[in-house]
Amino acid sequence: MRKEMLLPAAAVALLYLVLALLRQAGVIGIYWGQIVDLALITTIQAVGLSLIYGFAGQFSLGHAAFYGLGAYVAAFITRTQGGTPLTFALALLAGAAVAGIVALIIGLPILRLRSDYLGIATLGFGIIVKVMLDNADKLSPVLGGARGMAGIPRLTTFHWVFWLAVLTILIARNLVNSSHGRSCIAVREDEVAADIMGIDTTQFKTLAFVMGCAMAGLAGGLYAHLYSFLHPSSFDFLKSFDVLLVVVLGGLGSLTGTVVTSIGWVFLLEGLRDVLGQQFLDWRWVVYALILIAVMIARPQGLMGGKELSLDMLLRRRAARGGADHGAA
Amino acid sequence: MLQVQDLRVAYGNIQALHGISLSVAEGEIVTLIGANGAGKSTTLRAISGLVRPRAGKIVFQGQDITRTPAHKIVAMGVGHVPEGRKIFTEMTVQENLELGAYIADPKRFHEDLNAVFERFPRLRERRRQSASTLSGGEQQMLALGRALMLRPKLLLLDEPSMGLSPRLVQEIFEIIVELNRSGTTILLVEQNAAMALSIAHRAYVLETGRVVLDGPAQDLQNHPAVKAAYLGGGQSANG
Repeated sequence: MRKEMLLPAAAVALLYLVLALLRQAGVIGIYWGQIVDLALITTIQAVGLSLIYGFAGQFSLGHAAFYGLGAYVAAFITRTQGGTPLTFALALLAGAAVAGIVALIIGLPILRLRSDYLGIATLGFGIIVKVMLDNADKLSPVLGGARGMAGIPRLTTFHWVFWLAVLTILIARNLVNSSHGRSCIAVREDEVAADIMGIDTTQFKTLAFVMGCAMAGLAGGLYAHLYSFLHPSSFDFLKSFDVLLVVVLGGLGSLTGTVVTSIGWVFLLEGLRDVLGQQFLDWRWVVYALILIAVMIARPQGLMGGKELSLDMLLRRRAARGGADHGAA
Repeated sequence: MLQVQDLRVAYGNIQALHGISLSVAEGEIVTLIGANGAGKSTTLRAISGLVRPRAGKIVFQGQDITRTPAHKIVAMGVGHVPEGRKIFTEMTVQENLELGAYIADPKRFHEDLNAVFERFPRLRERRRQSASTLSGGEQQMLALGRALMLRPKLLLLDEPSMGLSPRLVQEIFEIIVELNRSGTTILLVEQNAAMALSIAHRAYVLETGRVVLDGPAQDLQNHPAVKAAYLGGGQSANG
């Protein structure tokens, strides 16, 4: 078991070193550096929704609201308590915790029910959060309300984002591969059948929902301290669809699919900005919709479709291509 | 072992059960027969906690389980093979059986898995295969095997013959009799009344949410009303 972990761990460390060095040397400039950070933040957020929708099968339309909650809570703490690394760490933790607790409060009554009530409830919740953020200046002037919250210390660095993304993926992976994860998958496949296996379906739906929303909250805190400015429109309920699309495109029930797609998605949007030029910027949404349609026609199960990508698999495939004629299918 | 008293269940405004009372003694095979919509499946679903009754009482081994959540009822020893089998089609045969043992003692896992494979050799052959590739009969065996992983004291079987060829129906019913002989009490819901009555000790006839007739299965087999309605005087009523 330990030995199998060595290779991926080395690969992650190598990736970190290469990216960090490239940034240090200026090969990846400030602009693209921020895009890398944003891609990793999107990954954290999307992995959260992947747990909720991809693995536990619970349709949530309010992911951006939990992302926003985490962002505002974390930003409020560093704005009022000062921007030291310690307050930053606590602020991120608080953002994740608040998102998780709110998810628990919403989830407990709703997740007892079967079917798609969660989708409706989270949709409503997303709109409530947006209205609350728009009027948050009445609560505390620091929050800025509809004008946006400015002056957040720029504390999010590549190191924070990278390792927190790795941590999130690890937590999600361990959950998915545990018997808890199996239970979540059973709930997604057939809730009645899961019930009669003796699985406490409410408990596992709630577990996935709370963990997933806490991850969104964490991502929100990182986002707030990356751009140092927050605006309620960034957490509009339409933004929840973006994450949902990433998870669906990556393939439901595939963590690696979610990771690859979230990074690819952020880079695609930015890449199109370059390709299309300033005048045609809005055409990005057309191109992006076309890609979506094409993928859904070509691969309705999503890019990975419930399969996981692993180093082991890639290496074995290369070995199979080189040597024996009976592939490692 | 199981007593159901005046059970009433409604889905929204539609009342499915208008006060059903029945009992199952340890070691028995009891069958519920009746037409579509008579409330047979709903009765089983209420017993295993999948639907909440409006009124009435369900007692299993002296304990009131009327309001107990489904997963706890399973843990008490009530296995349920639902209508339409409800196997996990995206998982392999073995993974389905592992989930069946989800709340069982892990130390017993291999013993129980082997017991299921002994009873259903076909499942052993296909243990690594995706459950979606199984034939209807094999899926029914998997659903049965999955329920057996918990060594249930009472097994609720919902239409095990549905969609199976006559030869497979025969096979499944032989397995049910065998299970019963080895000590499992069985409550069987069937549309195939002739088959069900031929293996059951006692039977209840349900009509639109009420018990209209009950008694030893042999008596019901010869009861004129049952014959006319469910056993088909000629060939007309055979499902």
